[in-house]
Amino acid sequence: MWEYSEKVQEHFFNPRNAGPLNEANAVGEVGSISCGDALRLMLKVDPESERIVAASFQTFGCGSAIASSSALTEMIKGMTLDEALKVSNQDIADYLDGLPPEKMHCSVMGREALEAAVANYRGEEWKDDHEEGALICKCFAIDAVMIEDTVRANNLSTVQDVINYTKAGGGCAACHEGIEEILAKVLAERGESFKPAQATSPVAASGKLSTLERVKRIQQVIEQVRPMLQRDRGDIELVDIDGKTIYVSMKGACAGCQMEALTLQGVQQQMMDALGEFVKLVPVRATTPAGACVTPGA
Amino acid sequence: MNPIYLDNNATTRVDPSVVEAMLPYFTEQFGNPSSLHSFGNKVGMALKKARQQVQALIGAEHDSEIIFTSCGTESDSTAILSALKAQPERRELITTTVEHPAILSLCQHLEKEGYTVHYLKVDGKGRLDLDEYAKLLSDKVAIVSVMWANNETGTLFPVEKMAEMANAKGVMFHTDAVQAVGKVPIDLKSSKIDMLSISGHKLHAPKGIGVLYLRRGARFRPLLRGGHQERGRRAGTENSASIVALGAACEQAMSHMAYENTEVRALRDRLEQGILAQVPNAFVTGDPDNRLPNTCNIAFEYIEGEAILLLLNKQGIAASSGSACTSGSLEPSHVMRAMGIPYTAAHGTVRFSLSRYNTAEEIDRVIAAVPPIVAQLRKLSPYWGENGPIENPEQAFAPVYA
Ligand SMILES: Cc1ncc(COP(=O)(O)O)c(C=O)c1O
Repeated sequence: MWEYSEKVQEHFFNPRNAGPLNEANAVGEVGSISCGDALRLMLKVDPESERIVAASFQTFGCGSAIASSSALTEMIKGMTLDEALKVSNQDIADYLDGLPPEKMHCSVMGREALEAAVANYRGEEWKDDHEEGALICKCFAIDAVMIEDTVRANNLSTVQDVINYTKAGGGCAACHEGIEEILAKVLAERGESFKPAQATSPVAASGKLSTLERVKRIQQVIEQVRPMLQRDRGDIELVDIDGKTIYVSMKGACAGCQMEALTLQGVQQQMMDALGEFVKLVPVRATTPAGACVTPGA
Repeated sequence: MNPIYLDNNATTRVDPSVVEAMLPYFTEQFGNPSSLHSFGNKVGMALKKARQQVQALIGAEHDSEIIFTSCGTESDSTAILSALKAQPERRELITTTVEHPAILSLCQHLEKEGYTVHYLKVDGKGRLDLDEYAKLLSDKVAIVSVMWANNETGTLFPVEKMAEMANAKGVMFHTDAVQAVGKVPIDLKSSKIDMLSISGHKLHAPKGIGVLYLRRGARFRPLLRGGHQERGRRAGTENSASIVALGAACEQAMSHMAYENTEVRALRDRLEQGILAQVPNAFVTGDPDNRLPNTCNIAFEYIEGEAILLLLNKQGIAASSGSACTSGSLEPSHVMRAMGIPYTAAHGTVRFSLSRYNTAEEIDRVIAAVPPIVAQLRKLSPYWGENGPIENPEQAFAPVYA
């Protein structure tokens, strides 16, 4: 069975605000065709202040779809519509102490229902611009459509490119076959053929690098991964190098979270590829208390 | 409250007498069966006995037709890849749309390698069209692989007849009988089946042991080459403890065959009728008149299977579902979709699979537990009104789909 947090289970077993809301004046109905889940979000909005005075939901879906719906209604009650629209799907997941990667789409559905309800209230038509595909990278919850679009938009041609642009494949690496298949397909459309990179970069044997070259390569890897962490409101910095141990500090959104370990694993692997030797990446926490997950905007 | 296990098509508990039979092979009987000395020799004898126990359960003509493997999946892969290797000029395969991933994923992979795979369709009850099948048989086909019993619905396929048809056209026939062995009587010597897969953990033996039955004379190419174990057809030192266990489990299955088809079947029917009598908008999927005695798969419309399982689990009841969310994929079960079950029902399918360890009290507890769970979830469902499905559910609730 899925590893659901206590909070997810609690919201599933005792959903808040479930059932029809007769005096609703903002209704959003969205579904995810691939997963079959569907959600109707009903809001009662005070026309004067545009404040949400009541919210309720009806959901056809799995445990985390029901929990995400329940959480969403709790989160947005009392907010103005503009405030509510700032609630991201990540916020819904964070509120529930995280969702399994396969289930992140449940939080996306919640966010979309919210957009649809607000559009409905404002007399606009809401259109979904997000498409869902089969989950490829389980470490970072990234699906095939996202990878394919990114490969196309940026003319990517290697697995490493995909890791750098989307993070997919940067964790346990088990999905590289799936990523290669997507690359092969898109490259074929461009009239090129997929060439697997040389079994990771040509590396110097252990101990052959000069100290300067070694530090340079370590810094290079850090610089390479920073953009993708920053996109997730995080960051990484080099603190110290002591033989085979490299100390880094993780910052921002995800310091101490479960994703940190995965990210570190991925970065450590890249370090090893770049250096051609075994190294260990150790996070140090100077500023953030250990285990604290900083909620953005909180 | 004792937990109730109704997920025996996923895996079964190891029979206590089977555990007892295998334990000495971790301790004093640790020898390598290939060794000449007495340590090895005794183990060799035990393997021989196990081979005969398996042979008896499936009615094979010779005990040398039994090849021990590491699991059902390995047996399936070995069978198909062997047929392709042995007949390189034949570039087509025939299988069905409702096979286990052990067959389907391999076939999809083979398509990428340039093979042509014909997937036989099923009707609303999960039945094959044998005319469609007959038309596909030709000397271009390397192998037909059709499951004996479906793991989700329990529906049985007429594999004996299909093997005859293949044989008449000179085409090899394999069946994934992982769910059937031990639950339905099988007599291979009077059939034209060339290869058959077994998995130990579905019949009260441990996980990680399987069998490929290979008819004497059928052309074969091993998957694993190496030592001369299994007469060179599956190299690798034998998993002796598990092989002994599988032998013992086959003997147990043989002596419980009648029980399985009377008592277990009666419990299954009681469960099914008990639930359907109380829950509206629910129906049995697959072919109720032609299925395994232990399996019942019920679609509960307008709710989702994982949510049902979570609530059942809270009451200590273990079952499984064909919903997308429990499979780790985004699609509801390919078996339900192949049968044309609508999404709103396919997502709400729950499979109850029994074993000889289940009791009437357990079944009654499940019958009492299910209706309130279904009602509770339907209260949350946008497709459900006060006392039943809303009118024109498809129009009344029409979400914008991503
Ligand atoms: C029909 C069928 N085939 C093959 C398998 C795979 O068997 P194993 O788990 O031993 O590899 C299963 C079990 O999940 C099954 O139900």
